[in-house]
Amino acid sequence: MDAIVCVKQIPDPETPAAAFSVDEAAMRVVEAPGVSPVINPFDQQAVEAALQLREADGGAGTISVLSLGPDSARDAIKTGLAMGADEGYQLNAPAFEGGDAWTTALALAKAIEKIGLPDVLIFGRQAADLDQGTVGSIVAELLGLPSVTVLRSVQLAGGEIRVSRVVADGFESISVPTPAALTISNEFGDPRYPQLRQIMQAARKQVTMWTPADIGLDPGEVGAAGARVKMHALFQPRNETECEFIEADTAEEKAGLLAARLREAKLV
Amino acid sequence: MASILVFGESAPGGGPAAITAELLGAATRLNAALGGGGAACALIGAGLDAVARAAVAAGADTVYTAQDAALAQYGADAYLPVAAAIVEQAGPAVVLFGQTSMGRDLAPRLATRLGSAVAMDALALEAGDGRVRVTRSCYGGNARQVVTVESDPQVVTVRAKSQDPLPEDAGRAGEIVPVAAAPGDARARLLEKETADSAGVRLEDAGIVVSGGRGLGAPEAFADLERIAADLGAAVGASRAACDLGWYPPSQQVGLTGTVVSPELYVAIAISGASQHMAGCGGSKNIVAINKDPDANIFRYSRFGIVDDYKKVLPQLEAELKRLLADA
Repeated sequence: MDAIVCVKQIPDPETPAAAFSVDEAAMRVVEAPGVSPVINPFDQQAVEAALQLREADGGAGTISVLSLGPDSARDAIKTGLAMGADEGYQLNAPAFEGGDAWTTALALAKAIEKIGLPDVLIFGRQAADLDQGTVGSIVAELLGLPSVTVLRSVQLAGGEIRVSRVVADGFESISVPTPAALTISNEFGDPRYPQLRQIMQAARKQVTMWTPADIGLDPGEVGAAGARVKMHALFQPRNETECEFIEADTAEEKAGLLAARLREAKLV
Repeated sequence: MASILVFGESAPGGGPAAITAELLGAATRLNAALGGGGAACALIGAGLDAVARAAVAAGADTVYTAQDAALAQYGADAYLPVAAAIVEQAGPAVVLFGQTSMGRDLAPRLATRLGSAVAMDALALEAGDGRVRVTRSCYGGNARQVVTVESDPQVVTVRAKSQDPLPEDAGRAGEIVPVAAAPGDARARLLEKETADSAGVRLEDAGIVVSGGRGLGAPEAFADLERIAADLGAAVGASRAACDLGWYPPSQQVGLTGTVVSPELYVAIAISGASQHMAGCGGSKNIVAINKDPDANIFRYSRFGIVDDYKKVLPQLEAELKRLLADA
């Protein structure tokens, strides 16, 4: 079972709302002091899914972690390596900057072809920064692969991959032949924590670095030059609600007052 | 040539899904600024005749229907060539999907197949210079961005409840055009659908939602929420944290990665109000929060708040509500 997991490094989504701020002029998020960027949590679950599939298949095969991003994004790849992945690949060049989901997916697809199409491509359901959730599907379309998105479980069954897809009113059990592209949702469960020894081994591993030319793309096809979606503004929404706190000596009295206020406001 | 093509959906129990009328409302408002070619609706599935008529009543000038037993359940492999054929026939400048299980999955692949791109999960749409300016949530609800799709057609998915439908008009005229397009080969095959049985009111349709979070401390507390919800005719929701702990089914999750609700009243019990949760309930008309942390983010969005241990508040609240409802 060979797998490639695509990961992204993002500002820590657990950053408290009060510490989150935006530079509106630069259309960028300001890095909160003392909060380091992290591997997108859904992508970490995607690495876990790849490891579980390989274990179910007898443990043979190569798991590669692939990321498009600046120098610091190497840490996200290293997280995957420490969890148990074998190879790391990073698409890193100034020309990649300012791209969108389309340019990212195009570069990832080219890199996947260069690495060699594995049995399964695995992505997080969305990156918890831009919350688009499109890159996995676009890569699958570019490579002509079947894709199944927003999964809570993946298993091997009868030579295919059996998945449980989370939909609005329940779950769909779906069987898909390999090669296939999958995206993993938060319902998948917690990823494993790497041991210190694994973290140290991962730190010593070489990550293969590629530029656009290495994957057969012109600088005009990647990054801002190739983007199809243009951003015009980034801002923090204002919230005008003033909360009326129900005050009383005991919790029981507060409950009674709240019920009365809800009735006055014709809400119940 | 329609200016805007909306991909409609059927409701699980038959009939049109609410999102279809919401998208047609948005399409009608955008139409004039995008050339005035009209709003069209694409419907893919089986047994769609009533849904097609409802789409006309909701604002569609033309409804393209592709009906086939192989299209009865959504699957990207089967739907993609059909969806692409309808877009080619309708020739729209803008293609709208709901941010639904289908829209999330199909829109990015279809946009790519059409040589274009997609903006996901729009909260607001505004037309100018032939392009749709999309305001969307990002960073887990902490920020908004305004984007345009610069390639054609512009594909956009739209968040449920963010757009007002038009008043339904059963006398409206519209053309229903059957499309003969062969479904694609289903490589990914649906084996089984497990429908979560949410007892009582459907979350997305509920006028009142009573939700619980990690602060409940134990899954058993949801039984208390269910009793209060039953009294109020409300649906029960849960935060992602509570669902990830296995305390409540994912189908009842309110938030960015769950269901978006916008009831008249949203009662948040022991929910801190992380941005990703607020992305799912921030459109509620009135939020009431019970939380022992006075600094909990949820109070910033609440009309009424109680700072206390929910365990001490709920029994009396349940009794008082019962009494008030009995008087009504």
